[in-house]
Amino acid sequence: MTATLFRRAEVPALPAPEAPPTPGAPKARHGLGRPLGVGLVGLWLSLIVLLPLAALTVASFDQGWSGFWDAVTAPVALASLRVTVLVSVVVALVNAVMGTLIAWVLVRDDFPGKRFVDALIDLPFALPTIVASIVLLSLYGPSSPIGIHLNATRPGLLVALAFVTLPFVVRSVQPVLIEADREVEEAAASLGASGWTTFRRIVLPTLAPAVIGGTGLSFARAIGEYGSVVLIGGNIPRKTQVTSQYIQQQIEIDRPVNAAAVSVALLAIAFVTLFVLRLFASRSQRREEASA
Amino acid sequence: MRTSTGTRLTLRTIALGYLFALLAVPIALILWRTFGDGLGAFIDSVRTPAAISALNLSLLIVAIVVPLNVVFGVATALALVRGSFPGRGLLQAVVDLPFAVSPIVVGVSLIMLWGVDGWFGGLDRLGIRVIFGLPGMVLATIFVTLPFVVREVEPVLHEIGTDQEQAAATLGASSWQTLWRITIPAIRWGLTYGVVLTIARSLGEFGGVIMVSSGFPGVSQTLTLLVHSRYIDDHNVYGAYAAATLLMGLAVLTLLLMTVLDRKRSTT
Repeated sequence: MTATLFRRAEVPALPAPEAPPTPGAPKARHGLGRPLGVGLVGLWLSLIVLLPLAALTVASFDQGWSGFWDAVTAPVALASLRVTVLVSVVVALVNAVMGTLIAWVLVRDDFPGKRFVDALIDLPFALPTIVASIVLLSLYGPSSPIGIHLNATRPGLLVALAFVTLPFVVRSVQPVLIEADREVEEAAASLGASGWTTFRRIVLPTLAPAVIGGTGLSFARAIGEYGSVVLIGGNIPRKTQVTSQYIQQQIEIDRPVNAAAVSVALLAIAFVTLFVLRLFASRSQRREEASA
Repeated sequence: MRTSTGTRLTLRTIALGYLFALLAVPIALILWRTFGDGLGAFIDSVRTPAAISALNLSLLIVAIVVPLNVVFGVATALALVRGSFPGRGLLQAVVDLPFAVSPIVVGVSLIMLWGVDGWFGGLDRLGIRVIFGLPGMVLATIFVTLPFVVREVEPVLHEIGTDQEQAAATLGASSWQTLWRITIPAIRWGLTYGVVLTIARSLGEFGGVIMVSSGFPGVSQTLTLLVHSRYIDDHNVYGAYAAATLLMGLAVLTLLLMTVLDRKRSTT
């Protein structure tokens, strides 16, 4: 199934355990493995990724540290950051619960059409974000056939973000649940533990790293999201305007320094999140190796 | 874990209810609204000159981005797996960087580098339009798709090792011959998979592209921008649904391709 694929592609994977290149051993050399190739690759990555981000950072300090600080702490900017983080935290928590639940149902339960439901999970990653926006508006927007109007509300933001981040927790918990040792669960049950106790004491601790990893990734994705919230969010400053919309607005009214400064703040939040996740992942991996 | 039938049914209902409300019903509704007036209306809506030019522009961007990502993606993966040089860890981190950057921030960064007042603003004054032109949209798309080919090819390179390449070299093959005859065939499914991901993301990219496009209908609108402008500027809700359905069709095609490729990759 596509489960493992998405994990490799979408998740900022931890560096694979690499065999260090053996020094002295004769190596098959392609033109691209030579210093020239490395230089070219470095140049390309710099031009595409590093230079733009460097230009962004420099531009954000165009008016000095105080200019940067003023731009980030401007009331509307701060409000947008607050809305973004708040909504993203809620979405991450919803994902933690619903994602684990869905993964459990997909692995442990059986019902007709399960494979179809399983395939459906990947759809939010394959769909363009603007399509996600339109799709949700058709049900929860002004022309809703069921009379639920979520456009320009925070619940609207929540639904949009929950849509695009749906696969993260499901796809990181699913493989762990498949591998989980069911004999321990059987043993707990035979010793008289209730289903809930078994889940809390046996299953949950096994799943915890995967749940936390997926939750963190959906948070990181949610804080930067733009396309899926642009139509349903309403872009109302202090209420539903998320940071990416604020940044876009600042560019439109020609305040590049503000846009750059808030961009750097948003980047910083994303980096810290991913860094903490990475620390956490390598720690739980070490613990696992130690106990194995 | 032994669960009573009651618990199992409750959990199943909650999970399926959530997926229905979030995914299935909205998608079914949009399909119904798109095709409710018959296939003709849909075809008319996606065959307007603006829609055709949007499709063409999206495909043009894909046609430029894919070869660049293939060449530099494979080169990067080779450097990461086979090279030993200072700064390899840094290179690893840089490849993952685009996953952490919001598409809007990608757009702003490109403006700060390539815009009139940016570091490379001189190009604009020379008449080479990057921002608000095709090059800007291409650069934004490459930025967000950069990790795909690298991250799909890298594990395959690890797996195949260097034995065959060394054998080829011993038999007198030049490094290019080794690359073309040994390495590329060995990584072909991983590479194809990376390309499919790149195409899907390129067609769907919105936030990064809207920041650096001038957004004129029929000139600099991609399919995703068309959906947005039909909904926001033209209040053409049906047109937006139709264009979104077209994009959705492409996405589903991608998913199917991915599933087929995955089976292929695991059997060969």
